[in-house]
Amino acid sequence: MPRPAHCVPQRWTNKPVSGLIELLPTLLEGLRLTLQITVVAAALGLACAVVAGLAREFAPRPLNWLAATYVEVFRGTSALVQLFWFFFALPLMGINLGAFLTAVLVLGLNTGAYGAEVVRGAIGAVPRGQWEAAASLGYGRAGTLRRVIFPQAALAMVPPTGNLLIELLKNTALVSMITLSDLTFRAQMLRAETLRTVEIFLLVLLLYYLAARLITHGMGRLERHLARGRDHGGSLS
Amino acid sequence: MTSALEFTGVEKRYGELAVLDGFELSVPRGEKLAIIGPSGSGKSTVLRIAMALEGIQRGRVELLGETLWDGAKRPPEKTLRRLRLHAGMVFQHFNLFPHMSALENVCCAPVDVLGVPRAQAQARGRELLEQVGLADKADSAPEQLSGGQKQRVAIARALAMEPAVMLFDEVTSALDPEMVGEVLNVLRDLAARSDMTMLLVTHEMQFAGEIADRIVFMDGGRVVEQGPPEQLLSQPSEPRTQAFLRSVLQPGRQAPAQD
Repeated sequence: MPRPAHCVPQRWTNKPVSGLIELLPTLLEGLRLTLQITVVAAALGLACAVVAGLAREFAPRPLNWLAATYVEVFRGTSALVQLFWFFFALPLMGINLGAFLTAVLVLGLNTGAYGAEVVRGAIGAVPRGQWEAAASLGYGRAGTLRRVIFPQAALAMVPPTGNLLIELLKNTALVSMITLSDLTFRAQMLRAETLRTVEIFLLVLLLYYLAARLITHGMGRLERHLARGRDHGGSLS
Repeated sequence: MTSALEFTGVEKRYGELAVLDGFELSVPRGEKLAIIGPSGSGKSTVLRIAMALEGIQRGRVELLGETLWDGAKRPPEKTLRRLRLHAGMVFQHFNLFPHMSALENVCCAPVDVLGVPRAQAQARGRELLEQVGLADKADSAPEQLSGGQKQRVAIARALAMEPAVMLFDEVTSALDPEMVGEVLNVLRDLAARSDMTMLLVTHEMQFAGEIADRIVFMDGGRVVEQGPPEQLLSQPSEPRTQAFLRSVLQPGRQAPAQD
């Protein structure tokens, strides 16, 4: 007597492994969007991090407060709710950004809020003597930052920035909630079609993991490059 | 001709603590002046104020006849930057830029700040490194240099801006004893061949006596006694100066209690 369908423990036990290959193209299509969102949001996030970090450290009061508010608001609220707010609430006020723009904007601003603290911390960690030495040589504040402080702080920023980028990559899964067909969204679609839950989500985990490894690898190379620059004294230009 | 530096009735405090209190000092151009005194007497603060790294609360400071500090009022950043070009400073802890080679440390400011063409700045930088005995270390990173070598690079770096006034803030205090000599030799040479005004805050009494035209003894934020080295070091008239010199010249023996 055949067992009822819901008692079949795992579909993959009665499907050949080669069936996994059929799942890949759809998932890779989703991965592409995931990576696109990650890259664009990372670029926006890094820019926000530098601007807000510098503003919190050096800007006069109103700008300083603005930066602090930005950091607190985005760190202090749920990224998913922010996505919903930008995607569902903002259009009611007449601003329709579309799903992709909403995704990179919200995730970028989120990354930037955390990144601002990274930038601020790294700049604050450069000893005061470096500022004084630069001032005694006639550098102004901007010149000191550019030539003396930032190059030193950059090295200290790399590891926490790597963490932030991996965090960002994983957070992109949230965009599946605002109709974007990213990796997670595709996985859910495939699952609904094929019911091959175990393989699909295993593959998805693997793909996220590999993408995160890529970021780790890249940041490691960047760190070695900056540290090597220090050994050789960096470049003068 | 106006003095290189002129402190008039300067008061400087950190919160409640008065670091300088009615401080008066006039330094003629070209003078080699040593400032001595117990720690906490305000010696380094005098240099930091002259370098425009710190302001004051009261009084007046002039650098080469131009007003640097006038009471608690802070001059515009532009003025401070311009006046800083007249002075150069060498710090106790070197403060070399760790991400630049020795040569880049020396020639970055002439290029970035003064707009000297790079090739010219580098040639001048190599000359200066040679002058401090480090011609072969031009491409070394600071972390590859010994303390004495770092401090000599720092001296070359300050000299590269060709300041009229050079401020040396306890430049041998952070060095291992065997490296003090090499730095003092550079300073000795500099004092002998340059007409720069030099202010040295130092604990090396013998060295101070050797190169200084005048020694100033500070205590409690003001000048207690000053005079030519031979007089101040061997026949100080103030009890506080006598006690201080006894304690540094015969370390380990307690200075007699003061009333």
